[in-house]
Amino acid sequence: MNTIVIAILVLGIMGGVFGLILAIASKVFAVKTDPRLPEIMEHLAGANCGGCGYAGCSDCAAHILDGTAPVSACAPAGAENAAAIAEIMGVSAGSSEKMVAFVRCNGGTNASKRFEYRGVKDCIGATKVAAGPLDCSFGCLGFGSCVSACMFDAMHIGPNGSAVVDPDKCTNCQACAKACPRKLITSVPYASKVHVACSNKEKGKAAMSVCKASCIGCGLCEKNCKFDAIHVVDGVAVVDYAKCKGCKICTKVCPRDAISPIATKEEKDKFKAIQKAQAEKKAAAAAAAAEAPKAE
Amino acid sequence: MSITGLLSIALGAILVNNFIFSQFLGCCPFLGVSKKLDTAVGMGIAVTFVMGLASAITWIVNEFILVKFGLEFMQTVAFILVIAALVQFIEMFLQKSMPSLYTALGIYLPLITTNCAVLGVALLNIQSNYNFIESVVYGITGGLGFLLAIVLFAAVRERNVFADCPKCFEGFPIALITAGLMALSFMGFSGLSVWG
Repeated sequence: MNTIVIAILVLGIMGGVFGLILAIASKVFAVKTDPRLPEIMEHLAGANCGGCGYAGCSDCAAHILDGTAPVSACAPAGAENAAAIAEIMGVSAGSSEKMVAFVRCNGGTNASKRFEYRGVKDCIGATKVAAGPLDCSFGCLGFGSCVSACMFDAMHIGPNGSAVVDPDKCTNCQACAKACPRKLITSVPYASKVHVACSNKEKGKAAMSVCKASCIGCGLCEKNCKFDAIHVVDGVAVVDYAKCKGCKICTKVCPRDAISPIATKEEKDKFKAIQKAQAEKKAAAAAAAAEAPKAE
Repeated sequence: MSITGLLSIALGAILVNNFIFSQFLGCCPFLGVSKKLDTAVGMGIAVTFVMGLASAITWIVNEFILVKFGLEFMQTVAFILVIAALVQFIEMFLQKSMPSLYTALGIYLPLITTNCAVLGVALLNIQSNYNFIESVVYGITGGLGFLLAIVLFAAVRERNVFADCPKCFEGFPIALITAGLMALSFMGFSGLSVWG
C-alpha cells in the first residue's frame, strides 16, 4: 500500500514538475509567428509537391511571407488562391494566367532509333547508355519519368510513344519538367492551342534524318504568320504566345507536321486551295488595276 | 572506467548490437522516414541528439528519484514521461534559440517522442548497470548506430525504386526484405570486440 502511494506521489510530482517546466518554457521560448502565415498556408495547394522549389508548403508560405517568393509561387493552387494570398500580403497578384506543361516533342515512333534499349525503364537511365536510344538527341525517350513524377495524373505516354500532357488536369507544378533529362517540358498558356512540338535545334538534313516530325528550321511558318508570332530561333520554331492568335496557319504550312495541333491532309489541301484562289484573285485585281488607267 | 571500456560500448552500440539491425528497436521511423537520403540523415541526427540527452536525464531520474524511493519497477512509465517532456522542451528551446537547427530537424523531433529506441536506450542503460558517462556514451553511439543504419537503408531504397523488381514486391515489401538482408549482414559484426 505504501509503495503505491509513494509511486503515485513521485510520478505525480514528476509529471507536475515537467508540466510546469514546459508551461514556463512555452512562455520563455515563445516564438512570435506572423498571423498571416497560417492564412497563407490555407491558400496553398497543400500537396507538398515541391513544385515551387521550397521544402513543402509551409516553407513556401514562409518564403511568400518574407517576400522572397512571389504570391503566385504555388502553381497548383491556381490564380484564385494567388489573388487571395496577394490580398493577405497587400500586394497585387499580377497577371497569373493559367499555365500548363507542354512536351516539346512529338517524336516517339516518328523518331528513328539507333539501338534497342532494354535497361531500366527510366529516361535518365536510358540517356546514360550511349546518349540514349534515339537518333535525335532532343527527342522524348518515352520511358515515362515525367509520368511517374506527375502527382495529378496529367501526364501520359501518348499513342505514338512520346509523353503528352492533359492540360485540364495539369496544375503546372513543373515536377515533370524537372524529371525530364532532355528538358523538353515547358510551361505554356492554357488558353493557347498552337505549340511547336519539337525541340530539335539541328537544321535541315540533320534534323530531317533523325525524325519524321522534326522542325528543320525552314521558316515557312515564320513567313506565313500574319501576326509575327512564330520565329525560328536557334534552329527551331518558337511561338510567341503574346502575339499568337491561334489561327493555326503555321500548322497547315509546316511541311514536317511539327506544330501541334497537327493539321490533317484535308485541312492542308483546303488551305492550299484557299491560298491558290487568293493568289489568283490578287493577280486578277492587279491585272485589272493595270488595265484601269488605260480605259480612262 | 577506462577508455577501452567506453570504446567497446561504442563499438557494441554502433555495429555489434546495432539498435535497428540486432535489437529491432526504432523500426517505425527506420521504415517510415527512409524514402529519401536527406530526410533520413535529418531523422538520424535528431535521434542521436535525443538519445544522448535522454540517456543522461533518465540516468539522473533513475539514480536520484526512482532508486531512492525504491520505485525501480516504475522505470518504463517514468522514462516515457521524462522523454516526452524532454523532447517537447528541446523542441521549444530549439525553435527559439536555434531556428536553423529546428527547421533542419523539422517534423522528426516530435516524432521521436514515441521512438522506442529512445526508451530502449534508457532501459538498457539501467539493465547494464552503466554509470553516468557510460550511459551518455551508450546513448550517443546507439544514436549513431541508428543514423548509420537509416542512412544506409535510405540509400539502398533510393536505388531500389529504379530496380526491376516483381510488381507485387514493389515499394514496401522489397524495403522489408532489404531491411532483413541488411540485418543479416550486420550479424557479421557479432563477436567483434575491443581488446584491452
